[in-house]
Amino acid sequence: MSIQPALEAKNLTKTYGNVVALSGADLQLYPGEVLAVVGDNGAGKSTLIKCISGAEIPDSGEITLEGEVVSFHRPQDSRAVGIETVYQSLAVAPALDIAANLYLGREIRKKGPIGSIFRMLDNGAMKTASKDHIASLGISTIQNISQAVETLSGGQRQAVSVARAAAFSSKVIILDEPTAALGVRESNQVLKLIEQLRERGLPVILISHNMPQVFEVADRIQIQRLGKRAAVVTPKTHQMNEVVGIMTGAIKVDEKDQTLKPIR
Amino acid sequence: MTLSDAEIAFQSGEGKPSPRERIQKALHRYPSISPGLVLLLSAGVFWFLNPNFKDPFNLSLVIQQVAVVGAVAIGQTLIILTAGIDLSCGAITVFTSMVMGRTAFANHLPGWESVLLGISVGLLCGGINGFLITRVKLPPFIVTLGTYNIFNALSLLYSTGRDIGTNELTKLLLWTGSAFNIGSFSITVGVMIMILMYAFLAYSLRFTAWGRHVYATGDDIEAARLAGIETKRVIFSVYLVAGFIFSIAAWILIGRTQSASANNGIDLNLDSITAVVIGGTSLFGGRGRIIGSLYGAIIVGVFRDGLTLAGLAPYYQSLAVGILVITAVSIDQWIRKARN
Repeated sequence: MSIQPALEAKNLTKTYGNVVALSGADLQLYPGEVLAVVGDNGAGKSTLIKCISGAEIPDSGEITLEGEVVSFHRPQDSRAVGIETVYQSLAVAPALDIAANLYLGREIRKKGPIGSIFRMLDNGAMKTASKDHIASLGISTIQNISQAVETLSGGQRQAVSVARAAAFSSKVIILDEPTAALGVRESNQVLKLIEQLRERGLPVILISHNMPQVFEVADRIQIQRLGKRAAVVTPKTHQMNEVVGIMTGAIKVDEKDQTLKPIR
Repeated sequence: MTLSDAEIAFQSGEGKPSPRERIQKALHRYPSISPGLVLLLSAGVFWFLNPNFKDPFNLSLVIQQVAVVGAVAIGQTLIILTAGIDLSCGAITVFTSMVMGRTAFANHLPGWESVLLGISVGLLCGGINGFLITRVKLPPFIVTLGTYNIFNALSLLYSTGRDIGTNELTKLLLWTGSAFNIGSFSITVGVMIMILMYAFLAYSLRFTAWGRHVYATGDDIEAARLAGIETKRVIFSVYLVAGFIFSIAAWILIGRTQSASANNGIDLNLDSITAVVIGGTSLFGGRGRIIGSLYGAIIVGVFRDGLTLAGLAPYYQSLAVGILVITAVSIDQWIRKARN
């Protein structure tokens, strides 16, 4: 293939004591695509994603970002190179407002001595920028940027998380079960946001249990089984029951033939 | 995380909140409103009960009396904002006051040296608490229960059972007790130092990234960690800063009592928590304003003073403070219901 992957993981392994979480897992994420990663519990999809986001350190294997080898020891490391992660747990601070949450851990200080000596935050700049980020994703349900996050619904909170990731990621966005804690209507809001991200050209990795959602938004679907990649399929060429079949081992896939070409 | 239809309607502005909900929301948003109101109300009542209450001399006395617990409450507020608790704050204060007093008396340190030594010991004590909580991963309650006993024992051992009197202390150590007049009010240096510390910490909490991280860590530690905040470092820094504040409180304590004694300030541990709780800071962390703790400390002072002036036996003071604490926490629980 001539297209260079935006992100590539090769032969990752990770064991926790006697438990083998990853036994040579691969992943290729191409520019501008939504890659869903599915798998049964214990198939290693969480561990794979944790290795890519820096929450876990793989025992062996290699991760390359736009062709360059990277190694992460903490979540901050992956963030520093432009990989942002949205977690299922609605990882926002409830009592802080939306702007404060968007910039949490990356606050902007005022210019000049007020900022450098008195460490004063530039709340105005952060609010204005937050408004732009929220608006650019077409999130219309949030009106007041100074609202405390605890006054928002679950879907709106997750929208804040996605907006935060979109605002700061330059390379890759990872969404780890972003709809697991949400209702149907709220999940649809998040799916719309994922499509927005694709339109921007940002590659997205989506971890999900929810097959209909995966088939709705993913360009390609990577199926994890027993700590490695079992197959990569597309929603156009395969049915949901086939994916479930590969996931559970009912359908066997030849190891050499597992990677489909990217659609573009 | 799902909301009832009524709540969705409420959020989109379709339904009108009842007056009760509105009060709940306002108090939730501005946690220092209720202690402020309680302070005004109680001052009004005591004024009505005994006209001497409003006497500038009496009001000055109240402020001077709350300077030490008010200062300790600053450190306690920081810690409680991170969903921690410090049972050893009074013990640290007393221990550092003994260090300041004894190095001045027994080792003849002339002034700044004993103050700086006391501050260093305060930082060390806070650092030990912070280390045990963030690195050994013990709950703050257990850690500070242990260090409370340890620091208490250390100050008793170090004092050799002897109090250090006014004549045996240096001028600098006693300086925090010296008074000056503002109008007809008599204010001590210690009161000024306490107010300055409130101003500084209020600024830091509200306008710096550190303050925001303190709130975020207490609010939801996992969310804060995932947002890239070094939560352990934040918690450690809070215990360290608190240790510093307790040592300054120790200096104010020496000025206030004009002595250094292991028996001074033994009620500070619980009194500081009382002030913080009455001040509207939530024991669950992440919610509250530091200025509320100043209100809380003054409210307790006003009650003690007002009840004395009203001619009631001292036992009624404890009774009143107990009722205040329980009322304050009940109000906090009620306000927290405004969250979804």
